[in-house]
Amino acid sequence: MDALFLSRLQFAITPFIHFLFVPVTIGLALMIALMETAYARTGNAEYQRMAKFWGKLFLINFAAGIVTGIVLEFQFGTNWARYSQYVGDIFGSLLAIEATGFFFLESTMIGVWIFGWKRLSPWAHAIVMWLVAIASCGSAFWILTANAWMQNPVGYEIRNGRAELVDLWAVVLNPTAILSILHTVSASIALSAFFVLGISAYHLRAGRETAFFGKSFRIALVAGTIFTLAVVGAGDFLGANVAERQPAKLAAMESHWETSTRAPITLVVWPDEDNEKNAIEFGRIPGVLSFLAFKDFDREVTGLADIPAEDRPPVAITMVSFRMMVAIGMAMLGLLALSWLRLRKLQQTPLLLTALIWFIPLPFLACNVGWILTEVGRQPWIVYNVMRTSEGVTEGLRTYQVGFSLVSLTVLLTLVTAATAWLIVKHARRGPLPIEVSAEPAKSDSAG
Amino acid sequence: MTLATVWFFLWGLLWAIYFMTDGFDLGVGALLPFLAKDETQRRTMYNATGPLRDGNEVWLITAGGVTFAAFPQTYAVMFSTFHEALTLLLLALIVRGLSFEFRGKADSPAWRQLCDICQFGGSVLTAILLGVFFANIFRGVALVDGVHQGTILNQLNPYGLAGGVFFLVIFLLHGALWLAIRTEGELHERAVRAAGGIWIALLILAAAFLILTAVATDLYDNYLSEPLLWVVPVLAVATLVAVKVFLGKGRLWAAWFASAGMILAVTFFGIIGLYPNMLPSTIEPETNSIVFSQATSSPMTLKVMLGVVILFIPLVLIYQFWAYRMFSGKVDTADLVY
Repeated sequence: MDALFLSRLQFAITPFIHFLFVPVTIGLALMIALMETAYARTGNAEYQRMAKFWGKLFLINFAAGIVTGIVLEFQFGTNWARYSQYVGDIFGSLLAIEATGFFFLESTMIGVWIFGWKRLSPWAHAIVMWLVAIASCGSAFWILTANAWMQNPVGYEIRNGRAELVDLWAVVLNPTAILSILHTVSASIALSAFFVLGISAYHLRAGRETAFFGKSFRIALVAGTIFTLAVVGAGDFLGANVAERQPAKLAAMESHWETSTRAPITLVVWPDEDNEKNAIEFGRIPGVLSFLAFKDFDREVTGLADIPAEDRPPVAITMVSFRMMVAIGMAMLGLLALSWLRLRKLQQTPLLLTALIWFIPLPFLACNVGWILTEVGRQPWIVYNVMRTSEGVTEGLRTYQVGFSLVSLTVLLTLVTAATAWLIVKHARRGPLPIEVSAEPAKSDSAG
Repeated sequence: MTLATVWFFLWGLLWAIYFMTDGFDLGVGALLPFLAKDETQRRTMYNATGPLRDGNEVWLITAGGVTFAAFPQTYAVMFSTFHEALTLLLLALIVRGLSFEFRGKADSPAWRQLCDICQFGGSVLTAILLGVFFANIFRGVALVDGVHQGTILNQLNPYGLAGGVFFLVIFLLHGALWLAIRTEGELHERAVRAAGGIWIALLILAAAFLILTAVATDLYDNYLSEPLLWVVPVLAVATLVAVKVFLGKGRLWAAWFASAGMILAVTFFGIIGLYPNMLPSTIEPETNSIVFSQATSSPMTLKVMLGVVILFIPLVLIYQFWAYRMFSGKVDTADLVY
């Protein structure tokens, strides 16, 4: 248990927890903005109630997202000082642009939104939520651009013993960045849609507030359908991009050892990493991996055996994560199709409603295994083909230092996750407040 | 003035703005158990800072992010040097942020009490740690080739701790003034009286800190070689006096702005004293100190980032000013959100 291992463990746990909260805020901001726009246009108070109810769940997530996000920023400096020094010129700039350009806007407007119900007109209040939604997408853009630079470094030159920026446009127009932005933002909105679908299903099943939750359900179903299809589409392009730029990650995703044309996918597989082969292999479908990667059944796909062992990512984790992500994505499409089919008879389909309720955690899992695939599959590099993870850790970092930060942050963030989950379940179950009560001061209306 | 020099002072300015804005949130949080006597008053205190807190905290993220972008070496060495202190700071920030947001989301007195304790503890610890952090930057740390040779125990030296207390009391004053502005009645009276008491404590502490600074740091060297610079510490003292004068006249906004001006002057007193260092070393300072001109990003990144800052920071200031104006009146205790 050295400082490097503990630092890696800490940087596995903290973003995982951070990304439990972030996607919901991106997707809910958009849906709440739509609800408030509907309220401003129609004056129908039902839409305002919807914005307030989903807004409360949004705020609980936002609070947890903001405090877990600072942990990530600080961690680059505390545990990954050599990395920070090597790439700060580019990577640090992207983080700083995110904060000054977008996170400021998002955070300032959130405060105005919470406390501004009585001070702003319905239109102005809706615009504030649109600013939040736009800013959160802007934040995602820059953070994912920073991450994509680690996956596919472009627009730099190694000078003065570090990576220096030479072409900002190359960094911003990095194909890996554009695809991962589309994939991740779509996934966030799709996840949020399933969050709304599941909670709506809970109340519809019990026959409570059926008009309210029927409307919420429909908004989420439309958003969910569009963006789940977008996730799958962008994911396909992203896979092709991985095939082109990160062959080791692609091979690990399918536990593909021998370089071959007509490369197969395998239904059931388990790698034997020491002997460079698969221990279990069942149900090979030839050509499909070649096709998925290059849109050509006959193309050659490099196998792990032809990649030096020290340049290979951990195979089993990458492969399992990829499969879980795909399986959950397929299940999402299936549930959406069933929901469309039964849309007029939802309350007569309790089985579907129950499935949607229990499905709520799975898109969260899908997003996070997607990140595990992305990040573990990039190993052993911290910046692909430029800097190894082991070279990025802080020089002279002591084991007790990381031990302390790892344990204390993990314990606190676990408590935070538990408290957040508890509050979400509590408020989701309670449902929206009746209109007359929502005008009462103690139940959150506006600021003083 | 070179691009790097511009960035060095910009770096100081961003930290100063963070202290001026989030400083009063921290102060109000730390005053919570002392000024609020019942549930309505506690909620009023939360609501007094509520609408602005998230936006204020982003100044910290920006100050950190800009350190990373413009001075990667400083960021790397500084953050790893203060590893334990920054871990504690993160814990404190998490606890403070969430206790504020989550307090009103459950109706149990025990839950609220837990959140109040977290709010108080998180605010106090954050304020003290920021002070320890900066006092040690002023004093210098044991650096050899960018690697810190000590532990947090070396940073909890008398000067570091004095810095912690000094920062805490600055923020207490800033918070008490803000609370006085935004409250009425009993809570308002109490906040005004607290501000008066804290001011006396701060006066004594400021004198002690200035003397300790002469003993423990080299900050005064720049002032001795360039006497014109004395205007900055003189401004710090003048604004501190102005706080008292305005407070006596009941001009609370003027007092608060004087307090913000004092925070700016105190920060720049340190930044100017540090120049050209960003993190001095106590071991062979000539070779081991982190000097800003050698720690910068490439000229291209500095230019790009300067463009970003010139474009966005004025915008941020405009919409934050708009938000501040919207929430500058008295908190309506019949209409509390949190």
